Amino acid sequence: MREAMDPWTFVAASYVVGLGATLGLVAWSLLSMRRAEKRRDAARKR
Amino acid sequence: MHGLANPARFLRIARWLMPLCLSAGLVVMLGALGWGLFFAPAERLQGETVRIVYIHVPAAWLGMAGWMGIAAAGFAELVWRHPLAGIAARACAVPGAVFTGVCLLTGSLWGRPAWGTWWVWDGRLTSMLVLLFLYFGWMALSQASEDSNGGQSRAPAIFGLVGAVNIPIIHYSVIWWNSQHQAPSITMGKSAMAGDFLWPLLLATLGFTLVFAGSALARMRAILANQQAEARLRRKALNEVYRTP
Repeated sequence: MREAMDPWTFVAASYVVGLGATLGLVAWSLLSMRRAEKRRDAARKR
Repeated sequence: MHGLANPARFLRIARWLMPLCLSAGLVVMLGALGWGLFFAPAERLQGETVRIVYIHVPAAWLGMAGWMGIAAAGFAELVWRHPLAGIAARACAVPGAVFTGVCLLTGSLWGRPAWGTWWVWDGRLTSMLVLLFLYFGWMALSQASEDSNGGQSRAPAIFGLVGAVNIPIIHYSVIWWNSQHQAPSITMGKSAMAGDFLWPLLLATLGFTLVFAGSALARMRAILANQQAEARLRRKALNEVYRTP
């Protein structure tokens, strides 16, 4: 007998994983770039 | 490619290319995912779960493309000693690992309703898991082999080239071995998919690829800025040491 499963649960979970990871990656890349460039500018001014 | 060997020239280009890739990528990706989620039809056999394809396939492509980027950068580093090659490889590693992880997780979420199981140890799934472990190994090796000047030994470049053997194994695994996973639906110039599914998929792939490129460029800028800060601080410290009577 086939188990009754709501397909939308799996679709929603996939989109949360995919979008969450992608947006997290973008935010982390931008923040680490900003931090590094600030550090470089501070080292230049010293 | 050699025109970009000068970090100053590369940074001039990356300053406008990075935000362009990220903003265009996010718009295209979100538009394509909205299309796939709300407007594309359900599939005859798989029903609504087919919508996972718009995340799963771009993630799989970028997981493999990220490693091809590492291998190409390793080749450029070993053959031409390109000064930005090592930095480009390091910038591709985290996005590549993230998309490989997304591919495995969404594949598992698709497998449960489609196959009745979260995981099977077949050729495609196992070789993709091996790719994720290769990324982890490469990142550990790259960090361990960084020298005090911010440069690197050749070990990560060689590892990147050797690890590229796994890419054709992933691609052909569904042809070489019996697999739960379906055979490729899209090959060079041909597609077994109907246009209703294919167009949002191609658009999503383009969007995710632009986001990957933007993230990798941002990582390259971060690595270069950190190296420049380190070099400046080291120079200042040396000047102070030699000035002290």
